[in-house]
Amino acid sequence: MSQRVTSDIVRSGLRVLWVAVRAEPSIFTISVLGSALYAATTVATAWVLGQVTQNVVLPAFEAGRTTAATLSAGGLAIVGVAVLKALGVAGRRFFAGLMQYRLQATYRRAVTRQYLRLPLAWHHRHPTGQLLSNANADVEAVWAPIAPLPMAVGVVLMLVIAAAAILATDLLVAVVGFLVFPAIALLNVIYQRRLGPIAARAQQLRAEVSEVAHESFEGGLVVKTLGREREETDRFAVAAHELRDANIAVGRVRGLFDPALEALPSLGVLAVLLIGSVRLEHGAMTPGDLVHVTFLFTLLAWPIRALGWVLAETPRSVVGWERVRGVLDATGSLPYGPAAFDRDGAPARLQVRAVRHGYTPGRPVLHDVTFTTEPGRTVAVVGPTGSGKSTLAGLLVRLVDPDAGVVLIDGVDVRDAERGELPRIASLVAQETFLFDDTVRGNLGLGLDVPDDELWLALRRAQADGFVAELPDGLGTRIGERGATLSGGQRQRLALARALVRRPRLLVLDDATSSVDPQVEARILGGLREAQSAGEGATVIVIAYRKATIALADEVVYIEHGRVVDQGPHADLIARSVGYRNLVNAYERAEVGSGGVISTERAAIEAEDLTSEVAS
Amino acid sequence: MTTLDDTAATSEGALHTVRRGLRLSPEFRAGLAGTVLLALVATVGRLVVPIAVQQTIDRGLRDASAGGADIGFIRTTVLVCAVVVIITALSAYAMNVRLYRTTESGLATLRVRAFRHVHDLSMLTQSGERRGALVSRVTTDVDQISQFMQWGGLMILVSVGQLVVASLLMAIYSWPLALLVWVTFVPLALVLRRLQRVISEAYTGVRERVGDMLAAISESVVGASVIRAYGAEERTERRVDDTVERFRRAQTRAQGFVALTFPSSELVAAIATAGVVVAGTLLGIGDRLTAGELIAFLFLVTLFVGPMQVATEVLNDAQNAIAGWRRALGVLDTTPDVADPGPDGVELPRGPIEVRFEHVFFAYPGDGGEVGAIPRQGVGSKTVLHDIDLEIAPRSRIAIVGETGSGKTTFAKLLTRLMDPSSGRVLIDGVPLPDVRFSSLRERVVMVPQDGFLFDATLAANVKYGRPEATDGDIVLALTELGLADWLEGLPLGLDTPVGQRGESLSAGERQLVALARAYIADPDLLVLDEATSAVDPATEVRIQRALEGLTRGRTAISIAHRLSTAEAADEVIVVDRGRIVQRGPHSALVSEPGTYRRLYASWAAQRRL
Repeated sequence: MSQRVTSDIVRSGLRVLWVAVRAEPSIFTISVLGSALYAATTVATAWVLGQVTQNVVLPAFEAGRTTAATLSAGGLAIVGVAVLKALGVAGRRFFAGLMQYRLQATYRRAVTRQYLRLPLAWHHRHPTGQLLSNANADVEAVWAPIAPLPMAVGVVLMLVIAAAAILATDLLVAVVGFLVFPAIALLNVIYQRRLGPIAARAQQLRAEVSEVAHESFEGGLVVKTLGREREETDRFAVAAHELRDANIAVGRVRGLFDPALEALPSLGVLAVLLIGSVRLEHGAMTPGDLVHVTFLFTLLAWPIRALGWVLAETPRSVVGWERVRGVLDATGSLPYGPAAFDRDGAPARLQVRAVRHGYTPGRPVLHDVTFTTEPGRTVAVVGPTGSGKSTLAGLLVRLVDPDAGVVLIDGVDVRDAERGELPRIASLVAQETFLFDDTVRGNLGLGLDVPDDELWLALRRAQADGFVAELPDGLGTRIGERGATLSGGQRQRLALARALVRRPRLLVLDDATSSVDPQVEARILGGLREAQSAGEGATVIVIAYRKATIALADEVVYIEHGRVVDQGPHADLIARSVGYRNLVNAYERAEVGSGGVISTERAAIEAEDLTSEVAS
Repeated sequence: MTTLDDTAATSEGALHTVRRGLRLSPEFRAGLAGTVLLALVATVGRLVVPIAVQQTIDRGLRDASAGGADIGFIRTTVLVCAVVVIITALSAYAMNVRLYRTTESGLATLRVRAFRHVHDLSMLTQSGERRGALVSRVTTDVDQISQFMQWGGLMILVSVGQLVVASLLMAIYSWPLALLVWVTFVPLALVLRRLQRVISEAYTGVRERVGDMLAAISESVVGASVIRAYGAEERTERRVDDTVERFRRAQTRAQGFVALTFPSSELVAAIATAGVVVAGTLLGIGDRLTAGELIAFLFLVTLFVGPMQVATEVLNDAQNAIAGWRRALGVLDTTPDVADPGPDGVELPRGPIEVRFEHVFFAYPGDGGEVGAIPRQGVGSKTVLHDIDLEIAPRSRIAIVGETGSGKTTFAKLLTRLMDPSSGRVLIDGVPLPDVRFSSLRERVVMVPQDGFLFDATLAANVKYGRPEATDGDIVLALTELGLADWLEGLPLGLDTPVGQRGESLSAGERQLVALARAYIADPDLLVLDEATSAVDPATEVRIQRALEGLTRGRTAISIAHRLSTAEAADEVIVVDRGRIVQRGPHSALVSEPGTYRRLYASWAAQRRL
């Protein structure tokens, strides 16, 4: 069984290598030629030394004299072969590396292109960590055997030439060679097979140690405030000690096989010495032949290991290839149509008709959702957690297409719009903010060239101008993962500014101000409303939890379990919809329950203070 | 205090690092003498082949041309040598295993100690950005040393031994010829040393490029929906292409330098060999060298080539290992700025806690890069709290309110001694915090942080984190007490429900609830709550409010309030503005007088009005 699996892996491995050879035929050829040169010259080195021994050294020692010509001929032969050998090594190494890196780059690009092309539904089915490792670690693993591959091809050639050379020298000595070299090759195979699983386990334990450390440090505040440092250290120590034991186990295998692989050729040399001497006595060999063959054993012992290296990388390569192919062969895309939208900046008209959508077949999240929003209106989408609000938001800007039904903007089915057309007129600001590892300017523009004063205007509307101005380089400050640190609220405000800078005709806010201070949120909402009344606003769909957000809306769409339950002005819904009433009044009920003061004074002060607050 | 900054630490000498590292992990030195002895035997074994060849040619085949080979002598030589080869292999095996065992044990100790030390450093609770760097201190940095020990370190040990014994044997055969070989290889060693620096630099470039590339790829995955929504595919594609290509170029460049090392050592070895043949023949004619010795030299020269070929790689490896070691040791060198008084400290008796702040000032130190003092957004030194003077009676429920950046959270951190004040004192039950034993402090004062971090384990295990000896019964009781019995019943696996990484299988609100239960079961006398700001749906919010009610009952409770409903329910409200206490009193009183609180309240109330 395991034998079959192994030969399967070798077959698959060969297929992957074949893909590589076909992708980079000329580079592969050059590196194999380099390797062949190296192989031939390695065998030649031993032969030259044998010849020099026989024809230069020994006659000189016997005769007690030699000529400058003989000596320099011997010296030049040695150096000459070495020059060719050096060329071969350099060529092989450089071009094998070049091939490996080119293939890695090609496939990294292809995988990432695929990420950008595949629909978000596909993204949602695959964990982020997996996609990242597909593009990086897996691609690397696939082409890992490429670096030693030309060497391995060369080694096969080297063995053939060496076998011929030894056979030509002496049949009996050749027997030793035919025993020793296959033994080395076999030992290598056993070595890699023994090492593979243990090394994989060590690798996995390294990941585990890292996971424990990550989690523990991330929860550092909890660990510290509950005084659990000792328990955490014990937990980490368990993982660290398992890794230690695994590393020692790896060392044990290496420590056993490496000396054995070194001892084998030495024993071969000794056998050759013994047998060779006997043959020498019979006149079947010369001392030069003896030097030739023993030297060959010394030189060949190391390169043979390249076969083992290729073999060692093969299982990882095959697994990596399957994963990478999984991405490259993934089907599905978002087809685009030829339609274009007006870019007059006037608010858009939004119609949602009989939209149904779900993530698992047979379990729709949204059922038959229908509503229409007239240009310039602000609609709050309200509903309990899990009622499908965020799914709806994604459908409006066509992050995904509905399973059934249609979303129309200005009467145009969004699926008919040309690629890139929709992002020009509709912007979604999601609750979870994603900022690119780029400057503030780059993050706002995202490829668009926007003048700074417009950026500042958008930042002002998003209440983000204050802190951006305080950043060390203003708009040029690098933010994101490796840039300046921003708070959650600041990040959300930047994301909002990113949407506003496009002057969208349809603005979808999916709980986009959840981390913003209430006071600041009030100012943001006030600003949006102002823009609206000044006629430069957008049609706004806002998914809301907070009452103040709902207050901004002209109309409410109330959703429960993926269905539109009711729709209309807030006051009407409060009056007629029990579910809606219960939901939006939950705060008040909470306070009554906890014995808090339901303030009568609140009504009095809020009217005066809010207006001044918003105005400031 | 040392910084955890890589660049600042590199000034330390490599030897110094190694010496310090060895001191901290005594395992490294255990049985070192035996290991070195075995290494010596293992390297001496490399001389077997040259010696056997020399003996065979010079003594066994003395009259070879006359057909008078001494086969008996050769047989004995070969047999003895074979035994030596086997002993050599066994010694090498024993040496390897000993080396792996001691180094891995030493590294495991280092890892665990560094891990523990990180938890003692206050920076962990302050800066999320540094967390990744800290994780790598106990993972990849130590792995780098381990990797070196498994390959490069061993290579150095064996190579140095090999060069020494080969040189000795050469000198015994013929010192002028040995000198010739040395003179040929020394320039190569010097060239390789230079080349190694270039290669090392090239690889630094590769590492930087790989970071850029991973960042770009990660954006295309993590930011998929933003890219889609804003039509930023082309921009992203360009960036990915650009970084992938730059990474490839850096790799190719480094590979080019590495590719130089092999041919140069091949060439030098050939020159040495040719030199040996020419000079050796001339010496032989003068009867100062035998043919066998000359042939043995040919084999001995090959022993020089191996170390030269791997030299640059080994040196690179060594450099990385030393840098990793330095970084791991750097963690241990960092003095915790908040220290446990240990056994000399005061054990607080159980009972309701009274809190006092005496003229407390707090400032994040300037941008000097000192550990535990990471200023936000690079803003220089700024005083966060000014002269806080305050007394909180036992069993009172206090809400601290103020705008973002007013110093509320700093207040909570000082109270739980995650940090110490720049001046002034914080006392609980009349004892200054620095005098209280950590074990006692953590038992009696518990803080529920904003994000409600959960570990990747079951619900029960997470609640138990507050008190490891708690039984399942205690946990159910706690959840019931917090009004969460029906929520628990609704969970498919009940207490055994896995919460997922960081608790992400639960909603944000549910995570908060579990965090509250965890605090409840710890049964503290002083509870410090940092309220979450992120929105949960109103139903969960109601549940959280109810759980808080149960949790704070009968304890001194101080809440950093973001929702002013918490302030409404508190016995007393403390209003903080720009690091000073500006108002204090019950909600009903504060709301009717003009001031900060009234303004905050108005805007908050407006949020909820319809």
